[in-house]
Amino acid sequence: MTEEHVDGTDEGEGDDAPEVELAYGVPVAVSRGQRVLHPTRDQLLGVVEELRSDGYLVCVDLCGVDYSAHPGRSLPLGVVGERFEVVVNVLNHLDRDRVRLRVQVPEDDPTLPSLFDQYPGTEAMEREAYDMFGLTFDDHPDLSRILMPEDWVGYPLRKDFAVGSVPVQFKGAPEAR
Amino acid sequence: MTVADPTIIDLGDDSGVRRRTGSPVLRLSEADAAALADVPAEAGDQRMVINMGPQHPSTHGVLRLMLEMEGETVLRCKPIVGYLHTGMEKTGEQLSYLQGPTNVTRMDYASPLFNELVFSLATEALLEIEAPPRAVWIRMLMCELNRMSSHLLFQATNGLDLGAVSAMIYGWRLREDMLRLFEKITGLRMNHNYIRPGGVAADLPDGWRDDTLRLLDSFPDKLDEFDQLLTGQPIWRERLQGVGVLNTAECLALGVTGPLLRSTGYDWDLRRDQPYLAYDEVDFDVLVGSYGDCFDRYAIRLNEIRESMRIVRQILERMPAGDYRIQDKKVTPPPRARIDESMEALIHHFKIFTEGFKVPEGEVYVAVESPRGELGCYMVSDGGPHPYRMHIRGPSFVNLQCLPHLMAGGLLADGVAIISSVDPIMGDVDR
Repeated sequence: MTEEHVDGTDEGEGDDAPEVELAYGVPVAVSRGQRVLHPTRDQLLGVVEELRSDGYLVCVDLCGVDYSAHPGRSLPLGVVGERFEVVVNVLNHLDRDRVRLRVQVPEDDPTLPSLFDQYPGTEAMEREAYDMFGLTFDDHPDLSRILMPEDWVGYPLRKDFAVGSVPVQFKGAPEAR
Repeated sequence: MTVADPTIIDLGDDSGVRRRTGSPVLRLSEADAAALADVPAEAGDQRMVINMGPQHPSTHGVLRLMLEMEGETVLRCKPIVGYLHTGMEKTGEQLSYLQGPTNVTRMDYASPLFNELVFSLATEALLEIEAPPRAVWIRMLMCELNRMSSHLLFQATNGLDLGAVSAMIYGWRLREDMLRLFEKITGLRMNHNYIRPGGVAADLPDGWRDDTLRLLDSFPDKLDEFDQLLTGQPIWRERLQGVGVLNTAECLALGVTGPLLRSTGYDWDLRRDQPYLAYDEVDFDVLVGSYGDCFDRYAIRLNEIRESMRIVRQILERMPAGDYRIQDKKVTPPPRARIDESMEALIHHFKIFTEGFKVPEGEVYVAVESPRGELGCYMVSDGGPHPYRMHIRGPSFVNLQCLPHLMAGGLLADGVAIISSVDPIMGDVDR
């Protein structure tokens, strides 16, 4: 995840590559009629600050997604997909409008800034994302597991976390009497 | 026992008054809290960390609180959740879209139909299909009935928590009548799996209108009994008024929604402000409080039952005829009668139930107003027959964050009233 992906000029898009659509200075897309912003980790706090001043006062939801099993997902021009995404939904009560932020988080450095200072309500949601995906949020006041036990090892909602792998101990068939 | 707490400042003017600044959230791990037991108490330090729950009967299931107390006063608190965590979001990734509602309906078990609704709406948004009008109105009917039964459950448990045990019987009796109606319509009292992508599982049964009307007609008198028993009663008011006060700014900052947000005087209801289903075609009021205390939250929920009855009456008048599920062969299995006579229909039926239908790639967030607040579903599809990621934004999970703010500075006995007034459903918190 580096700065050079942001301007959408890399990856050899051809001579007259279509222009990247921008809102709040970051690529924007529309998914099923819903506006989605794609800030980088470095842009996240700035975009959130601008959104807040535009009246998006409530962060309704924050969750992680692990895209390791879905490599070819469609992303707007200028956004390079990483393994993890953090999805933030913010709500503007006055305009009755929602905006979604999708932040790419690479596997080898799964950290991003915490939104706790802007939206204190993200405390539990970021703890959940940490618990389930192992994403760490810088400057979070209490980054600890929330749903799993404190001493749990592994991140359950990652795609490589197996389901139903608890060994079952079978006993031998009862002997004939 | 001592917990390092930089947020207490001694005024130092011989008044003995200590003022708190900073957060009322106790950010202490369970291991650290356990280690505190060995620390000898300093002379004059009355503070201690105690545990409440998860088996305490007033904590609505398995909520555990770590409380920092000074005498009977709660200084800071930390809700510890996860005792009911069953990995439903992970399970949801293994199930097809048609099986999905069976899974999500078990999350918020007091209002299961809302979970099914939000899951179905998210799936339909990804498929870019719309349920036919009758399905929409049936969904609305069921959801409003469910809102009533959920708020009745609140009235029952709220009374029980505060020692008004008869309120529990009154609330339970009414809820029982509703669950009987649910059983008649959906086949199950709870966890219905009735609202499914594309519509609802079955059409309304014969006599549903009379049954619903009979229920509605019996309700006003019985709801007035709550007013007689509780609303004006001095003990009830003493226990609730001015207890657990929250203001609008705190609610918005913490992402708190639903009756808690409305109790602060802020009128925000997704049914009116971002209408889904056909809520823009029915007439109802959004109820708000003025003080943001436990009493306002009690009164709002009681009167929301009456508002829901108003909506249900309008639905009864205007229920359209037609299909109860979308006639899209990709999504809807063929009718049972066709299976007997057509091999293709049998194959079609088999394919839909074994493989499931494929949903185009994309991601969507859908929110509905559940009895507890904004219930959201963020769904990602990779083009396959299972959701790639299915995240439920549980209103109880987010609302629970305001608990330390509500309890700080109050008495532990009030804490029970406060937990009750937040109305957390632990299945929704832990998922």
